[in-house]
Amino acid sequence: MLEQLDSIYAQALDELSDITTGDALSGWERRYLGKKGEVTQLLRSTGKLPKEERAAFGQRANVIKNELIGAFAGREEAIRQHELATQLEEGALDVTLPGRPVQTGGLHPATQTLREFYAVWAEMGFQVFRSRDVEDDETNFTLLNMPPHHPARDMWDTFYTTTPGVILRTHTSPGQIRAMHELGEDGTQPIRVILPGMCYRYEQISARSEVQFNQVEGLAVGRNIRLTDLKGTIAEFARRMYGEDKRVRFRGSYFPFTEPSMEVDVECILCGGEGCGVCKYTGWLEIAGCGMVHPIVLHNGGYDPTEWSGFAFGMGPERMTMLKHGIQDIRYFWGNDLRFLEQF
Amino acid sequence: MLVPISWLKDYVDITLSVEELAERLTLAGLEVTGIRYIGIPQGEPPEGINLPPSDHLVWDRNRLVLGAIREVRAHPDADRLVLALVDYGDDELEQCVTGAPNLFPFKDQGPLDPPLLAPFAHEGAEVLDGHANDGSRMILKERKLRGIPNRSMVCSEKELGISNEHEGIMLLDWDEFGDMPPGTPLQDVLGDAVLDIDMLPNIARCYNIVGVAREVAALTGAELRLPPLDVVAEGPPIEGQVRIEIREPELNPRFTFALLRDIEIKESPGWMQRRLKLTGMRPINNIVDATNYVMLELGEPLHAFDYDVLRERAGGNPPTIITRLPEPGEHLVTLDGQDHTLDDFNILVADQQGALAFGGVMGGLESEIWDPSMEVLDATGVEVDEDGDKLPHGKAAARRVSTTNVLLEAASWNIVSTRRTMQSHKMNTEAGIRFSRGVHPAMAPRGVKRCIELMRQISGGTVAQGIIDNYALPAETVEVDLPVSEVDRLLGFEIPRDEIVRMLRALEFTVEEDGDRLHVTVPDHRLDIGTGLTGRSDLVEEIARVYGYDRVPITVIADELPPQWGNVALEREEHLRDALARAGLREIVTYRLTTPEREALLTPQGQSSDWPDVPYVELANPISADKTVMRHTLLASMLDIAAANARHTDRQMLFEIGHVYLPVDGARLPDEPARLGLLLTGPRGVPDWQDAGDTAIMNFFDLKGVIDTALRDLRVNGTISYQPVEHSSFHPGRVAELRINGRAVGVLGQVHPLVCEVFDLGLDLDRPVLAAEFDLDTLLADVQTLREIAPVPTQPAVYQDIALIVDDSIPAAEVEAVIVAAGGDLLEAARLFDVYRGDPIPAGKKSLAYALTYRLPDRTLTDKEVAKAHAKIAKAAQTRLQADLRG
Repeated sequence: MLEQLDSIYAQALDELSDITTGDALSGWERRYLGKKGEVTQLLRSTGKLPKEERAAFGQRANVIKNELIGAFAGREEAIRQHELATQLEEGALDVTLPGRPVQTGGLHPATQTLREFYAVWAEMGFQVFRSRDVEDDETNFTLLNMPPHHPARDMWDTFYTTTPGVILRTHTSPGQIRAMHELGEDGTQPIRVILPGMCYRYEQISARSEVQFNQVEGLAVGRNIRLTDLKGTIAEFARRMYGEDKRVRFRGSYFPFTEPSMEVDVECILCGGEGCGVCKYTGWLEIAGCGMVHPIVLHNGGYDPTEWSGFAFGMGPERMTMLKHGIQDIRYFWGNDLRFLEQF
Repeated sequence: MLVPISWLKDYVDITLSVEELAERLTLAGLEVTGIRYIGIPQGEPPEGINLPPSDHLVWDRNRLVLGAIREVRAHPDADRLVLALVDYGDDELEQCVTGAPNLFPFKDQGPLDPPLLAPFAHEGAEVLDGHANDGSRMILKERKLRGIPNRSMVCSEKELGISNEHEGIMLLDWDEFGDMPPGTPLQDVLGDAVLDIDMLPNIARCYNIVGVAREVAALTGAELRLPPLDVVAEGPPIEGQVRIEIREPELNPRFTFALLRDIEIKESPGWMQRRLKLTGMRPINNIVDATNYVMLELGEPLHAFDYDVLRERAGGNPPTIITRLPEPGEHLVTLDGQDHTLDDFNILVADQQGALAFGGVMGGLESEIWDPSMEVLDATGVEVDEDGDKLPHGKAAARRVSTTNVLLEAASWNIVSTRRTMQSHKMNTEAGIRFSRGVHPAMAPRGVKRCIELMRQISGGTVAQGIIDNYALPAETVEVDLPVSEVDRLLGFEIPRDEIVRMLRALEFTVEEDGDRLHVTVPDHRLDIGTGLTGRSDLVEEIARVYGYDRVPITVIADELPPQWGNVALEREEHLRDALARAGLREIVTYRLTTPEREALLTPQGQSSDWPDVPYVELANPISADKTVMRHTLLASMLDIAAANARHTDRQMLFEIGHVYLPVDGARLPDEPARLGLLLTGPRGVPDWQDAGDTAIMNFFDLKGVIDTALRDLRVNGTISYQPVEHSSFHPGRVAELRINGRAVGVLGQVHPLVCEVFDLGLDLDRPVLAAEFDLDTLLADVQTLREIAPVPTQPAVYQDIALIVDDSIPAAEVEAVIVAAGGDLLEAARLFDVYRGDPIPAGKKSLAYALTYRLPDRTLTDKEVAKAHAKIAKAAQTRLQADLRG
């Protein structure tokens, strides 16, 4: 029996060394170490041996069994390693093949810029207030301190409708009057709003001008709103929108509905003030017009200008988007060519 | 407005560099949009500022100098050339060969005393090429001209980059430059810089050189020197030689005249011509130039009449000038030859025989200053045609002699009527621009005195003593009470009271101090300061502006934050945008202007339209034929965009959120409801290299799927239903109305093929265009803000399918409703996964197959319970839908 044992052992080891696949290995395991395997069988037949041989045989058989189990485990690991190596080797892809496209939608650039504005202003307590596109002349001009034939009306090329006194708003400023009446509670409540909306100008459409464009107006009214607050607020907006280190410049200007009035320039976002084609080598980009709300406008909005004061500002989202992305032609916005829109 | 620094310096000393001055003016609201350098180098930009580099010609200080032509000799071998002997400060004279025609009169006249002064360029100097029109430059080198060596030249204005004149060389007046030694660098003689200032409507008072100088004085603390208004008047008094009658004092508050006799019309002196050219005006003759010069200097437009023409019209008597509104049907031919039919609001300068001029805007042809030797005339700065033949002077010239006596008008005109007249007659003159922005009546006598004296000096006549001054409606003196505390309140920081007073006085306000209050009197050259609160605000602006906005400190708003509200409408709208973008749609924004004709194309011919049956908001002054009204629907513009994109893009999934404009009976302003438009067309997926992609063409159900997805994303709460309807723009069998809780939201469907065709999207029935238009408020009305999240199931589900064969006419929604009702609590979900018609299903029938999910939240269902529920569903289907179970 011992000879048989040794010969099985030798044979098993011999066979094992030739095995290279998992299937063959399972077969080998069944054949030698399985419930009906040869080694198992031999071990079971220990009882048939004379008593004095049993101990030695049993010892030997267990050694061999353990040896074979060890050899099996070693072989199993070797085969696993081999198979993994093969798989890794054969599984190489041409990673330069194109990815499979995922079809997504997206928002119009005008919307994206408006949302940026909303977010920055909301953080500063300015909420969105929207008003109508088709306005009356009175709200668009007269109540904003521009009576009929005021020379400042020349600053806006106006679309008139066939209904006398009804026009397409030339700016979002009439929303100031509407906001003061709707939110001011007869001039008793402070206001902090931004007024986004589409405006219209009687202009030939060209690369630089459009008949319709978005504007975002801002309005703060309170018992203690000061010119220094206006500067601080606009400067804060510019920092959040264009970067912490951007310088801001205020210079005198004119709007009939604010006084004092200013234009706001921010250090060119493209050249950092060094001078480039976008800022026309001035290092500055004009980003807003602003000023202290004119007492007549406050009065027309229901406030007592001797106790209340306010500031207002206006910005052009499309112009901002154009500056930011180096867009040369404003007609892209309402042209809606997907090859333009899909870049946003 | 163009402002030469050299001219500005007549009235104020300037120590700042040109660039620093430009920056100060810009910050103070006089935006300098450009600086034109003449000969001098561009300076360093002020700290923190950049300037566009200027590519102008800088005059070499050593090689471009003042030259004195001592003698002009004939060229021995060329009739069209002469030899100019130039003293340029060296011991010897330099001989220049030149063809300048304006030297020919001096040829062979012997030594010239005084010599002719002219810009002189040495060998090696860089100048512009006088024969080129592209601004190219050249460097002077020695070469022979018809056998005579030449290495230098006397220059034309064009060669120096001053103007485009190259007819002859630039000759400088001895009176003006005779005391400068030859050889003086030309930069120090003619070097200059011209500021281009953008004049906003509120600074009309600065629309002249003195006005800008006043600002400079206030900004820099320098003293302002006003031009003299003394007149040497040695002629008989003007009284009795002309009368003025003002009939509309509101429109013409003041009218003044001065009279100058025995003038000689000729070219104006070099300095005046040079200044006019630098400010963009064309010199005409000494009389016209003087009126333009004083308008530019003081801001008071002037008009010169030929006095003899007026006398002749008055039958040889002293004329009476009447300012009045026109008679019905009255005409006036202006000096540009245009014949105007007058409007009833055009204020006129007339005499008893008829209209002479549009007051404050443009003179008439008949009474203008006339000199037959002058090519073309223009007394108000109107650009006139170079080609004299086109101008209508022949008529007047035939009977007129050169003007010898000038009646000079300076008046004051109403801002509004001037503006209306300019607009209605399309006359954009320098005078009109000024009067339509406001010129104070006090400027009229100043203008007329300054101008008549200048005319006298340059035309040699005699001024009649005194002026005629009819001040029919004197302007009120504007006084403003300004508490210093009010300045602090509006600005938010304190400017020392002394500083405030100093700044206001520098702008010529009269200031009396009275405790906290300043009594401020507005100077009589400006009309932009109001009274009361407006006046205070106006003064605060003046103070902040001159103080410098850059010096104003920055604060954080200390005022209370108003109550913040939830902006539900905006939040939902933005959520919808995101939901649609997530669903794969691309947002577009189209024109809100369209035409009724374009929108009419949405309805196939012969059908009646289902779009809003209301009038349009119609433009009275459309700018183009394709934008005449405000839209009623988004669909037309969305189809236009889709058609444009279809030229290069197969697959489009678009949406737009925007307003439509619907007039309401009895209301002046229209309703402006917001709409959501959707448009899908093309293949569902894009092909890729791995598999073909889902290239099936999108149909009605893709559109409906987008809508369902968006409604789910929005959490629209309630009963959502799609009812078959008819709509004129859609395929009759492929259109539905979306209803949320019974309220109609709008239509969705396949766009009518005939509509696709007229919108250039083709008539291909296999490539449908799907579209929807919803009312935004109705769509978003039932969005649920608060809602419960269901617990994740802990019990296993049982899945079973059921296929029902029903009549083709039974809507799927009805079948599903029956299943759901019969399934009761046990049925968690029913999902349609197959619709089948054809063998072995009988004709007129269809098979609908549903995947059913059974589950209870708290315990595991038994097989028996599921079987019972399933059987109940099958039974309900049989009894209520006459459905057969499919094997």
